Amino acid sequence: MNLTINGEARAMAPLPHLAALVTALGLDPRKVAIERNLEIVPRSAYEQTPVADGDRIEIVHFIGGG
Amino acid sequence: MDDTGTPGLSAADTWTVAGRTFTSRLIVGTGKYKDYATNAAAAEAAGAEIVTVAIRRVNLSDPSQPMLVDHVKPDRFTFLPNTAGCFTGEDAVRTLRLAREAGGWNLVKLEVLSNTKHLLPDMEETLRALKLLIADGFEVMVYCSDDPVYALKLEEAGAAAIMPLGAPIGSGRGIQNMLNLGLIIEQAKVPVLVDAGVGTASDAAVAMELGCDAVLMNTAIAEARDPILMASAMRHAVIAGREAFLAGRMPKRMYADPSSPLAGLI
Repeated sequence: MNLTINGEARAMAPLPHLAALVTALGLDPRKVAIERNLEIVPRSAYEQTPVADGDRIEIVHFIGGG
Repeated sequence: MDDTGTPGLSAADTWTVAGRTFTSRLIVGTGKYKDYATNAAAAEAAGAEIVTVAIRRVNLSDPSQPMLVDHVKPDRFTFLPNTAGCFTGEDAVRTLRLAREAGGWNLVKLEVLSNTKHLLPDMEETLRALKLLIADGFEVMVYCSDDPVYALKLEEAGAAAIMPLGAPIGSGRGIQNMLNLGLIIEQAKVPVLVDAGVGTASDAAVAMELGCDAVLMNTAIAEARDPILMASAMRHAVIAGREAFLAGRMPKRMYADPSSPLAGLI
């Protein structure tokens, strides 16, 4: 399965849902926000949201800023 | 005495933005620090209740790198997500929707910049972005130029606070146009904060003496040789400027006026 995550092409084994992707990437779901194909996915819906070949995923978090 | 140990300034001297009431009139940024621990210590030394934060892509190659929220904690500070790096209204809306999802905050700082050399705000696009954000349910504190005409347009469009620059972001040049800031403060019915341009403590005091409700700064603390000591200096400067504003300064005179009576001289 080929995904574009944060602008980078990545080949991933098939994943049942977005929560599994977050885990596979080693991220803490409580500290990120996710867009799938330009639509925000609420954190509560990660386990109900499929991940499909060709998806464009953005995963962001808070960093320092002014 | 208030909780800052300062006589004369009542603890009831608070300010309110979008229904949230704060005692500290110093908002600090979280960028440019050598590490998040210094950042957190400086925010504490500043007595800040609000910190600005940015939204960026996570580092997928090293997911174990330090995270802001582990040091500057959202249960200790009110996070004010910004739109730094956004050049269009659509970018700003997208960024702040993600921020809202990441932390649930709808009080945000809008900044739509024009170019990377001077980082001055693009006011036409800022006003357009403000309207998009308000339609999306955000409460928006708006970084803007020191133009009283645009400041009024922002307020009429529903801005929760007006945040004119004192000088370009990160320039440390102090308040460049006190006259315009005075006009903005005089006309505004929402809080006015000087955002950007403060270089040292006296700049923050000047902003507060003009009658600003609060001051927002990042670089002046982060790039000081001792950021934690400068954060403390800024805290005192903001309190000093606020007290001077409330106290009402003496009139300026052309000539001297003796402090010791001239009558009864031997």
